[in-house]
Amino acid sequence: MTLLKDGFLDPEELKNLPGVPSKKRLIQGPVVVIECAQEIPCNPCEEACHKKAIQIGDSIINLPILDADKCSGCGLCIASCPGQAIFVVDTTYSDTEAAIQLPYEFLPYPEERQVVDGLNRAGEKVCSAKVLKVLNPKKFDRTAVIMIVVPKQYAMEVRNIDLR
Amino acid sequence: MRKTEFAIVGAGPAGLSAAIEAARAGVKVVLADENQRPGGQLFKQIHKFFGSEAHHAGARGIDIGTMLLQQVSQQKNVEIMLDSVVWGIFRANPGHTLGVIHNSKNIHLKARKVLLATGATENVLAFPGWTLAGVMGAGAIQTLVNVHRVLPGKRVLMVGSGNVGLIVSYQLLQAGAEVVAIVEALPKIGGYAVHASKVARTGVPILTSTTVKEVHGKGKVEKAVLVQIDENWQPLTGTERELEVDVVCLACGLSPLAELAWITGCKFTDVPELGGHVPIHNENMETTVSGIYVAGDLAGIEEASTAIEEGRLVGIAVAEALGYLAAGEAKDKKTEISNRAEQLREGPFGITRKQAKEQLIRRSLSE
Repeated sequence: MTLLKDGFLDPEELKNLPGVPSKKRLIQGPVVVIECAQEIPCNPCEEACHKKAIQIGDSIINLPILDADKCSGCGLCIASCPGQAIFVVDTTYSDTEAAIQLPYEFLPYPEERQVVDGLNRAGEKVCSAKVLKVLNPKKFDRTAVIMIVVPKQYAMEVRNIDLR
Repeated sequence: MRKTEFAIVGAGPAGLSAAIEAARAGVKVVLADENQRPGGQLFKQIHKFFGSEAHHAGARGIDIGTMLLQQVSQQKNVEIMLDSVVWGIFRANPGHTLGVIHNSKNIHLKARKVLLATGATENVLAFPGWTLAGVMGAGAIQTLVNVHRVLPGKRVLMVGSGNVGLIVSYQLLQAGAEVVAIVEALPKIGGYAVHASKVARTGVPILTSTTVKEVHGKGKVEKAVLVQIDENWQPLTGTERELEVDVVCLACGLSPLAELAWITGCKFTDVPELGGHVPIHNENMETTVSGIYVAGDLAGIEEASTAIEEGRLVGIAVAEALGYLAAGEAKDKKTEISNRAEQLREGPFGITRKQAKEQLIRRSLSE
């Protein structure tokens, strides 16, 4: 009920989504996390994936189903999602840190190596995050993808950044 | 008196799409719009649209608008009349005559078929202080921010958590304003959760079962008082809280802009799921008055993507009715378009609109 009351998913709601990889897959390396929980008519993520790891099917209201073994964590689907509900998480970035790729549409963009606040789904600061990359190719159509590094325990919590 | 085959009122997504389809089949079209530029609300929509590739999903509304304008400009037999207010419709035989104020002059435009694609108007919410400067509709704020690049204020209270309220909140954040809170009278968020999540993860609180009680300020908004409400919409005393804001943005839904349709004498029915009184129409989007068609928000409040499909449908139906398309070819095209529109009406958000639309069409058969 958190989603419909507060506007963001709680861990229980997240766990049951067909676009969220298992814990086992998460510890194996970069993988996409699709936080799409409502049957709305939308399927660009399916077409964005070259590896056919995201399946929606003929009825475009179906929730995206992730075949996590096919996903390489390339992140091409992130900017394709009109709902900005797709993230890539790499819990193998280092012994203590995880890398997160997230969609970002606020100016100015952060600088690479800049230290920013890592925000959770409720917009609360939970940790510091270091910006690794800012990707903004034409194909992403002005939805930048920001890659950040956070302490590993926040890999499934941080979903936004704050430059202030 | 000017004459054309197909007159369209409103150059938004529905009107433009109808013009493109009809003109491709050979119909002579005049497209009238009261604004200085065509596109309707599309050029305020800087976010990416949902749908599938066939619905241009992933493209931003502004870019879909540009695409439609390019397509319409390629058609030699479409004339776009801007700064043109259609003030009346009169029956002619055959067809209808529109009264139009164009460049400050009154002209009469006679057409065999007419599409009314006039769109919608915003609902307002009245509360003490609602006439203060700074209480504004979400559409006005979108125009200010996204078209004219002017911020209406620094600290905004958003009233309404439907897709419009959520999207405009996000766009205000993008433009550099602070959205202090989004209030929603219902116990749950109205719009798509993905839109809500985008805003929530920036730290904007979304307060359900809460409304604005009153707004205070000397000549302009300085403070808003919120109050929680129970399931019977009664304010719960003692739950009031004050927020310092300089803008109160009303995103309380839309109603079909139906005056011209009423003038034609076509029959209406009240469908809450579609935003109120809508003209009864058949599967070609033709009203109970022969030769008068409706599409887009006037035919039921939906989205730009559905308005595009409805407009296309009318374009084909009109081309068929005027003899430019053979019945078989028209039928195939209409089926393809209807299927695309139906895809957008699936799922928990679309199903009530889908059922309401089907009921409208059934009603048209008995009229």
